[in-house]
Amino acid sequence: MKYVDEFRDPHLLRNALGEIRSLVERGREYRIMEVCGGHTHSIFRFGLKELLPPEVELIHGPGCPVCVLPMGRIDDGLDLANDPNVIFTAFGDMMRVPGSKGSPLESKARGADVRIVYSPLDALRIAQQHPDRRVIFFAIGFETTAPSTALTLLKARELGVSNFAVFSNHVTILPAIWAILESPDMRLDGFIGPGHVSTVIGCRPFEFIARDYGCPIVVSGFEPADILQSLVMILRQLRARQSKVENQYGRVVPWHGNKAALAVLAEVFEIRPHFEWRGLGFISQSALRVREKYAAWDAEKVMPIRGVCVADPKAAQCGEVLKGVLKPHECKLFGKECTPEHPIGALMVSSEGACAAHFKYAGISLRVISG
Amino acid sequence: MCLAIPAQVSHLAGDESGMATVDIMGVRRKVSMQLLEDDPPGIGDWVLVHVGFAMSKISEEQAADQLEILRQLGEADAAEEELRGGGALG
Repeated sequence: MKYVDEFRDPHLLRNALGEIRSLVERGREYRIMEVCGGHTHSIFRFGLKELLPPEVELIHGPGCPVCVLPMGRIDDGLDLANDPNVIFTAFGDMMRVPGSKGSPLESKARGADVRIVYSPLDALRIAQQHPDRRVIFFAIGFETTAPSTALTLLKARELGVSNFAVFSNHVTILPAIWAILESPDMRLDGFIGPGHVSTVIGCRPFEFIARDYGCPIVVSGFEPADILQSLVMILRQLRARQSKVENQYGRVVPWHGNKAALAVLAEVFEIRPHFEWRGLGFISQSALRVREKYAAWDAEKVMPIRGVCVADPKAAQCGEVLKGVLKPHECKLFGKECTPEHPIGALMVSSEGACAAHFKYAGISLRVISG
Repeated sequence: MCLAIPAQVSHLAGDESGMATVDIMGVRRKVSMQLLEDDPPGIGDWVLVHVGFAMSKISEEQAADQLEILRQLGEADAAEEELRGGGALG
């Protein structure tokens, strides 16, 4: 047991926990999914699960971009990286994500020019500094990150940087939620909606979840008090037999999203007919590719890409964990073959992945409820 | 990478590039303000920055809250390392 006494507002937490307890109906089971990996990280870090009444179960959703990236896309990216004329750039989160022949970091150790960037703009700057080399930006992320990639591509065009190309692996959150809701082995009572994705798309796109599936969804901030407050709002709706979209994170998330970001997304990207998600399989209309008019900056058009499909390691049960059917420690490989140092599944790589978070923080609990 | 980093605007480029210099956890860096063109921030304003782009304007108090949660999640050091490695202005 580890204590987190430095917490700023224990009274807020105590009040929220008290209200959660009073809202829970005895004998009823509440399965609530947090969509975003940032929430997953926060929930494990602060031991929130242990504070909740046993009736309330938190299911960890698909909102960790590196966790849902299929091995085939990593293999395709690393094929490009192995070209001596290529400088392969990606966010730090990507570096240890395993493809079937190793991770970007391992490619780097074998001599590929693999560089960590903080922003796609850094990759563009590298392209300007190395006009004789092809610079690939391996783009990942949901709607939070995709507008930045789109603006960078437009900047490359504006500046006439022809040796820069985007390998788009951007995905969109709504089809993944839909796929989970349609999954026959899933039963969910409500959703904690993603915080920073919603700064871009707003709250309205989530309405189908409430309307068609009868599930409350509350867009939430990342602090423990935010997450518990969002649970209170979900449980209040369930108690009142309601389902609607609410915004707990109104201090950052505008209801209609960010118009400039949505406009640049629509300008540069179009929806792919389908895209593979690690653990979830192919999901229709769930990812973004560069539009034809920007093909000169699309790695999939200017570079040879095999488009390989690679099955996940058989023993790993990432799909079941991603859908919340299994808890991380119930996977056969958890903590044995698969650890944060030697990840086999991607959920073990990022601190936003349920397995890495569970591995790192299992047993942590707050001492805020005493008294 | 879901979590955005709070930063304070210290200098606006004043041209069409849409770039601004911000202080992020003591590191100075150029970030793009293009996603906030409908409501552009001024010098001294706080913004949430995600992968080199300001995503939303926030209050100073919210910035302090966000910094605190990054620290508590153990993400602050990693974020700072990324900022320094990624071509900060020094």
